[in-house]
Amino acid sequence: MTEPLPPPTERVPVVRWLKRNLFDSWFSTLLTLAALTLIATVLHGLGRWAFTTAQWDVIPANLKLLLVGTYPAEQLWRVWLVVFLLCVLSGFAAGRRRGIFLRIAAVVAASTFVLGVMPFPLATRGWLFGCFGVTAVGCGLGALARHARDQSWIRRTEIALWVVSFPLSLIVLNGIGGILPVVEGRNQWGFMLNLLGAVSGIGLSLPLGILLALGRRSRLPAIRIVCTAYVELIRGVPLISLLFMASIMLQLLLPDSFRPDLVIRAMMTITLFSAAYMAENVRGGLQAIPKGQYEAAYAVGLGPTLTTLLIILPQALRAVIPAIVGQFIALFKDTTLFGFIAILELLNISRSVLGNLEWRGRIFELYVFIGVVFWVLCYAMSYVSRWVERSLGVGER
Amino acid sequence: MAEVTDAGIIICRDVHKWYGDFHALQGIDLTMQKGEVVVICGPSGSGKSTFIRTINRLEEHQRGQIIVDGIELTHDLRNIEAIRRDVGMVFQQFNLFPHLTVRQNITLAPVWVLKQKRSEANAVAMRLLERVGIPEQADKYPGQLSGGQQQRVVIARALAMNPKIMLFDEPTSALDPEMIKEVLDAMRELAVSGMTMIVVTHEMGFAREVADRVAFFDAGRLVEENTPDAFFHHPQHERTKLFLSQILH
Repeated sequence: MTEPLPPPTERVPVVRWLKRNLFDSWFSTLLTLAALTLIATVLHGLGRWAFTTAQWDVIPANLKLLLVGTYPAEQLWRVWLVVFLLCVLSGFAAGRRRGIFLRIAAVVAASTFVLGVMPFPLATRGWLFGCFGVTAVGCGLGALARHARDQSWIRRTEIALWVVSFPLSLIVLNGIGGILPVVEGRNQWGFMLNLLGAVSGIGLSLPLGILLALGRRSRLPAIRIVCTAYVELIRGVPLISLLFMASIMLQLLLPDSFRPDLVIRAMMTITLFSAAYMAENVRGGLQAIPKGQYEAAYAVGLGPTLTTLLIILPQALRAVIPAIVGQFIALFKDTTLFGFIAILELLNISRSVLGNLEWRGRIFELYVFIGVVFWVLCYAMSYVSRWVERSLGVGER
Repeated sequence: MAEVTDAGIIICRDVHKWYGDFHALQGIDLTMQKGEVVVICGPSGSGKSTFIRTINRLEEHQRGQIIVDGIELTHDLRNIEAIRRDVGMVFQQFNLFPHLTVRQNITLAPVWVLKQKRSEANAVAMRLLERVGIPEQADKYPGQLSGGQQQRVVIARALAMNPKIMLFDEPTSALDPEMIKEVLDAMRELAVSGMTMIVVTHEMGFAREVADRVAFFDAGRLVEENTPDAFFHHPQHERTKLFLSQILH
């Protein structure tokens, strides 16, 4: 018997790698040099602007305005309360599940800590350290829960808390008549409007999209036609015009007694819009499921509903995770369109900052900041989605 | 209905099926008793797969009567689901659920359809995996198994529903020669245990050894059926003789 050989390990020295990949002919040498020149020029220009020309003081001076709008200072504790809630929940997930949750919570905790030592007002720094502490406490609790006997009860409670946290946050932020003074979302919530729009849109557009996709494949013509018409109608119209409709036309069409808040209407619109795209993503996944899967499910006695829920949807959704997350990211960025219907979200606030004489002309600084904020959150989403894909084992069938 | 059940666990009378204009099944009559093993053979396109798929209504027949365990297959969805619970099926392409582990593949239907407790279903699953000889694969995913192992999981998955009848639709046609034997062994063991089985296969050795009867299909008709001995040594029809001469070397 011969022992199986280990796979050949190829370690290429840097110089040879460079020669092989970047300088293997006069043409690729030329391309390499041209590309290097281009990169150097761009980086140099950017760097010079960022470190010499740009006046970044506009960001810290307006940070509160950008992030939480004109939320009254004496009510700001409510925003922090919501942040605490999220910190404690993610800390708990981190402590109990480890893995990616731990990495995310670590990034959150580290950034609150770093921000906490920055020269912000003392109260803000206190709150930031509070976030750090609360995350750590949640993490500790999670680590304890990891050893508890009844894991299913803990899991159910945890999920319930995450689900409840969203409406709870909305109530805390918005206030309730008599107990907490109302802070109107539309012009006082700042970047939180983008976040809430994205969270509600993401949370609702996926289930809605799944229903639409299933409906479009229904055997009943009435359901099929309605779902198809919905998808085609919504996809064929720009989001901005739907938002205008929601802000202006709906006023005319709906009775006075039923007139939801503008922010709610905007959230509903973006959810309904996104659901149409989501439906097509999901339908793509459904069509990729071989007929044999249905037959096998029917043959073991599963009815159509259980077959869809247990066999078809899990596989279909798993296959289209990249497209779904792409849609989530697009939805998040589209919340900046709220600005066009007189909702003061991040982009709109930046415009009013620019309108201030003191900060006139700081357009690049502000937009770079906004770009970075969006990029960080979008990258976080795609990072999580890559982990979800891996943990569901896509492609290793 | 009582006399019907006495007459056989599967009764097919004058079963017809069309795909568009194509007359795929042209009046099949076949009755099976409990515990019988019938092997169906015939050239491809002869309707043998279509026929066994009508028995658990993966294909709808358009004329005639199919009665399985006393229940007639009609459009009534409850009848269809009741019959599917009692009829296990093994496919040529396995059709395991790729997103579930072997154990989950087997326990899914017992837990959701028969409302078994998960612990109980798991115990049954392990027993069945031992019966088909692969208990150590319980926590793997189908994609990590060989074809023969996958097909044995399919058999275990069907048996977990405690079926009265098992249908095999060319269970070894997609397998490497080495793996055919392990699947046939599992089927042989099942036949010996008294399971009512219909097997569509080209494995004539299996037919000769295990079948109570062999049926020969051609062009949508059941041309001839007989005991294996008579079928292989004294085929009645010219078409059967031709088929056998080509398949037996």
